[in-house]
Amino acid sequence: MKAGLRRLGLAMAAPVLAVLVAFLVTSLILLLAGDPVVAVWTQLLTVPRPRLIVAIINGASVFYLSAIAVAIGFRMNLFNIGVDGQYRVAAFAAAVFAGQGWLPGLLNIFVSLLIAVVVGALWAGIAGWLKVSRGVSEVISTIMLNAIATGLVSFLLFKVADSTAGSNVTSTKLVPPSSRVPGFALIPGTPNRVYGFVLLAALVGVAYWVILNKTRFGYDLRATGRSETAAVASGVNVKRMVLTAMLLSGAAAGLVGMPLLFGQDFSYGTTFQPGLGFAGIAIALLGRNHPVGIAFGALLWSYLEQQSNGLQIKAGVSTELVFIIQGVIVLAVVIAYEVVRRAGLRMEQRNVARQLDSDQPGYTFTQGAPV
Amino acid sequence: MSTAGLKAGAEVVTGAVRRPSRLSPRQIALMAVVAVLLIAVLRVVTGARDLASSGALAAAIGLAVPIGLAGLGGLWSERAGVVNIGLEGMMILGTWGAAFFGYHYGPWVGLLGAAFCGMVGGAIHAVATVVFGVDHIVSGVAINIIGLGAAKYLAARTFTGTPGGGPTQSPALASLPTISIPGVSPGLATLEQKQIFFVSDLASILGAFVTNLSIVTVIALALVLLTWWVLWRTTFGLRLRSCGESPVAAETLGVNVYRYKFIAVLISGAMAGLGGGYLALVAANIYRDGQTGGRGFIGLAAMIFGNWRPGGLVGGAALFGYTDAVQLRGGGSTVHALLLLLAVLVIAIGLWQLLRRHRVIQGAVAIAAGAIVAGWFFVSDTVSDEFTGMTPYVATLLVLALSSQRLRMPAADGQPYRKGEAG
Amino acid sequence: MAPAVELRGITKRYPGVVANNDVTFSVRRGTVHAIVGENGAGKSTLMKILYGVQRADEGNIWVEGTEVSLQSPSDAIDAGIGMVFQHFMLADNLTVLENVVLGAEKLHGIGDRARAEIKRISAEYSLDVNPDDLVAELGVGKRQRVEILKVLYRGAKILILDEPTAVLVPQEVEELFDNLRELKSEGLTVIFISHKLDEVLSVADSITVLRRGATVATVDPKSVTARQLAELMVGSELPSPSTEESTVTAHEVLAITNLTLGSSDGREILGDVTLTIHAGEILGIAGVEGNGQAELVEAIMGMREPSAGRIMLEDTDISDWHTREIREAGVGYIPEDRQRHALLLDAPLWENAMLGHQTQKPNVTGVWVNAAGAKAEAERIVAAYDVRTPSIFVTAHSLSGGNQQKLIVGREMSHTPRVLVAAHPTRGVDVGAQAAIWHHIKQARREGLGVLLISADLDELIGLSDTILVMLRGRLSGEFDPDVVTAEELGAAMTGAA
Repeated sequence: MKAGLRRLGLAMAAPVLAVLVAFLVTSLILLLAGDPVVAVWTQLLTVPRPRLIVAIINGASVFYLSAIAVAIGFRMNLFNIGVDGQYRVAAFAAAVFAGQGWLPGLLNIFVSLLIAVVVGALWAGIAGWLKVSRGVSEVISTIMLNAIATGLVSFLLFKVADSTAGSNVTSTKLVPPSSRVPGFALIPGTPNRVYGFVLLAALVGVAYWVILNKTRFGYDLRATGRSETAAVASGVNVKRMVLTAMLLSGAAAGLVGMPLLFGQDFSYGTTFQPGLGFAGIAIALLGRNHPVGIAFGALLWSYLEQQSNGLQIKAGVSTELVFIIQGVIVLAVVIAYEVVRRAGLRMEQRNVARQLDSDQPGYTFTQGAPV
Repeated sequence: MSTAGLKAGAEVVTGAVRRPSRLSPRQIALMAVVAVLLIAVLRVVTGARDLASSGALAAAIGLAVPIGLAGLGGLWSERAGVVNIGLEGMMILGTWGAAFFGYHYGPWVGLLGAAFCGMVGGAIHAVATVVFGVDHIVSGVAINIIGLGAAKYLAARTFTGTPGGGPTQSPALASLPTISIPGVSPGLATLEQKQIFFVSDLASILGAFVTNLSIVTVIALALVLLTWWVLWRTTFGLRLRSCGESPVAAETLGVNVYRYKFIAVLISGAMAGLGGGYLALVAANIYRDGQTGGRGFIGLAAMIFGNWRPGGLVGGAALFGYTDAVQLRGGGSTVHALLLLLAVLVIAIGLWQLLRRHRVIQGAVAIAAGAIVAGWFFVSDTVSDEFTGMTPYVATLLVLALSSQRLRMPAADGQPYRKGEAG
Repeated sequence: MAPAVELRGITKRYPGVVANNDVTFSVRRGTVHAIVGENGAGKSTLMKILYGVQRADEGNIWVEGTEVSLQSPSDAIDAGIGMVFQHFMLADNLTVLENVVLGAEKLHGIGDRARAEIKRISAEYSLDVNPDDLVAELGVGKRQRVEILKVLYRGAKILILDEPTAVLVPQEVEELFDNLRELKSEGLTVIFISHKLDEVLSVADSITVLRRGATVATVDPKSVTARQLAELMVGSELPSPSTEESTVTAHEVLAITNLTLGSSDGREILGDVTLTIHAGEILGIAGVEGNGQAELVEAIMGMREPSAGRIMLEDTDISDWHTREIREAGVGYIPEDRQRHALLLDAPLWENAMLGHQTQKPNVTGVWVNAAGAKAEAERIVAAYDVRTPSIFVTAHSLSGGNQQKLIVGREMSHTPRVLVAAHPTRGVDVGAQAAIWHHIKQARREGLGVLLISADLDELIGLSDTILVMLRGRLSGEFDPDVVTAEELGAAMTGAA
């Protein structure tokens, strides 16, 4: 069990290290630019007020869904950079349907979720199919599909929009009150409520962990991600796996906009939150594709984002500074993971060799080390 | 582009390996003539005058330059075996650099500043991938985030309060010189106006090249030539390419693989930054948030389309620049005309699949798709703005879908390299 | 006269293992000096140190009487040492010229002067190499000659060859040895590493034996027999793969008829292959690598689709089946490259024990992975097949090649296969594990298993097989009885010289 603790320690070391490095680098940039370092960190590190805590949790739930979607791809060595486009197409479709209100209350929500999942899956499926049938890298195809999604959704939005008099935001019809998901008052001291769909995020996280680690399908998926050649030899149909993984990733991506749709905005409009896809990539990396790690990452991300809103007012520094912090964290963490991984491998090899040597005094195997 | 990830769908090249056919100058000339002919026919049939007007083509060249420079950056990096997705971020840094240095010290310094800022982004990528062995794509994504954030932050920091500038844009920047060949340009312009079949089209194409050509375009073309010469005709280039083909072999022969990869990624960043510089200094004369619009990624697509060679890259950049220009000029009718061309091409491919290669399903699908596109063409008059905006991206997807399997990328591209793995 | 190369006290340690332990010997100028030892004896590490790819922890090296410090391959090249690796160091997408001049551009440039020099060397040593060929288009023998040319181009006086005959057939081996004798006569020195004792005895002037990283002896080949050498190498009785009473029955377990496979550019990869394996029979297939053996295995395992022919597993036609179905039906598979096809290196051992059988009991129940069952099974395999590991939770990466292979064999046997397809089952495996694996295969044969054995190790083939077929250019070119066949007969069938 000592080994287990050590492994946990190693796993935690990297993110902590990364955050420290980001702290240092950002401070350096601030110093060079002549911005007030102390004021910035004071603002970023103050304990948030209850209202802000609610906002952080809400933001985190959305980031969480996005990161899980990306993580599904990552476990298969697929880079689904298209979560951005997938969630927007899906949210739009769901918003249109929900706004019509053909179905009553809960059923409306349920079917809309289904629609979001299917549309997200299909949009990702395009990239998956291109990869499987034509060998097109999913990295580029998903990026292109993001841009195409933007154009497509714009186009359709103007076609179906409910032009609310006096506002300059175009949006779909509002979701009827009976189909809105109420929040719950989790944090005392503020009337603001946490999204009901935080539970959805948690559910998705659990499903992710169970499917990947406990099912045959999950085993196949992880095997393919670890070694495609070994997976093929073991009977996995890799093409089918790639397609399925992209579909699942897109399906999860489709849910990203749901907390916003049913818990806050109640419609899809031109101001629907963008950019959640890239955040998801960063958080999945930070959390090493692990549902609990991702949860921490999502909270961190949301925390940074919410706190940075006050940077302009409180410290006179552009709020975009937070991007730098986030970007450096990502880079630092992947570097740290790589360094830690290699050290861990060497340590394990040494341990195994040492243990075996102690059992078998005369036996030296030399295959593991490079001879 | 295959990364170190999955290769599902990529056809394995077994057995007798055909050397990638290089086109002879005569073949290229022939293809050029046919292309002009096609455009001439299309213009007459659809009446879309802006299809190949010198204005459209000049815009196309102008937009091809940043794409081409980004692609050139990608080429340098990938030829050394490092995948560079962060070109977009490096380009963004370049746009800021161009504006900042250009505003304070003049446009030429701005250009250098753009390259420098791009190189800084390249340096980060190099350290992460070459020194620490981080996955190339992950590092690239991080660079994109950092580049975006840094540029926005720096822009807000340095442009707020300047005359004409604000937190999201710089003040107007001075221009760089352009080139026009006296005497020839007006002559070509009149020829173009006459609307004579084929001759006018040829005139407009030539006109676009000799009228008001930015000096940066000339620099870009020179860089393409320089790249070709350095990579295929010098020792430095051979060693760099060997790092992308077989770093293990290179190491055993005494090549410092780390050093060449590092330099290649730095150059890659500088090129991308230069592309950003073009956008800020030439295309718009201003820095604006979000100026790059994904061109870093399109540049990568152009590189793949060009089979990782500078000549092909130019072709790819030209193609994408053209589609980008069409959408920027609000060419609903032009895109509409292109639909016809697309329909014809797809149906032709479908027929070829069917008849020559006996692939019934693929051929039928292609023909059906072509018919749908043709139907769209005949039913509508013009293509709405949003769809026009999508043209370059759809074009990229199509090109990749059609040509991904016949390409040969550097053999060790995307693989993290550790010294001492020889033998 | 000073020896060409002298090593004294060379020691190199890695985490957990001493790869070279006080190695000392010297090589006379103008001779062929062989270094022999079994897999893992430290030969490759020693050569890497001599070539500057690795640095020794202790010890000294003299070249032509002067002490040298070899920090990198450039130092070795400057000292006149050239290395030809076992796995060729060539960039496929570059030409022969580009590959040869890389790193040595200062010598003759990278254009016409270099081209002329390459042609000159090729002619002088009869290497038959054309500078403008694309390496990807060259066959194995020619690639090796390009590697030799690379080394000569740089003015090497001392050539190191690492297992040069691993991929060659007996006739090609003789050609190589003729080349080496020619080099020797021109005053060059050749050091070559091998574990093929008969070859070493035929060409070397002097032999140094390594065992477990230390020099055991340096002997004169004229005064020692192969068996004596082998004993020096291993230090105990050689495992002799002798056959026992025949257990071949009349019941067919695998019947392949007219199997044909073509490639996308029209080449024939497999042509009309017909063979039958009975329960209790080991059918060996000999042949130089690249003649279709790997593709045959992939076709049987459902990883490639044949263009014609039939594969019957007892009385079921499995020609169209997918890999998973084939494995579930009872075809075991020991792939040639275990690290790429048989193991998930980063996964714990118990997950590796499931690989290939992740749809079968006791690893799964319904759609769920039965972790408890899989772990128990893994423990059982580790115990029964003597896989040396501290636990079933370490990653496969940290096991030695022999132990990895024992796990794989155990895994395949545990699902009582009807047929076992074993491709090079003891490649890169230490002698102890090799003996264990042979024992298990023979045991299973006694119990009625049918085995398709692909191997490049002629001793393994001759010792284990009941019948030996030879593959040449995708077709079967001969059938032999292992009790009476000779290596020469096999070699001839393998090259088509018969």
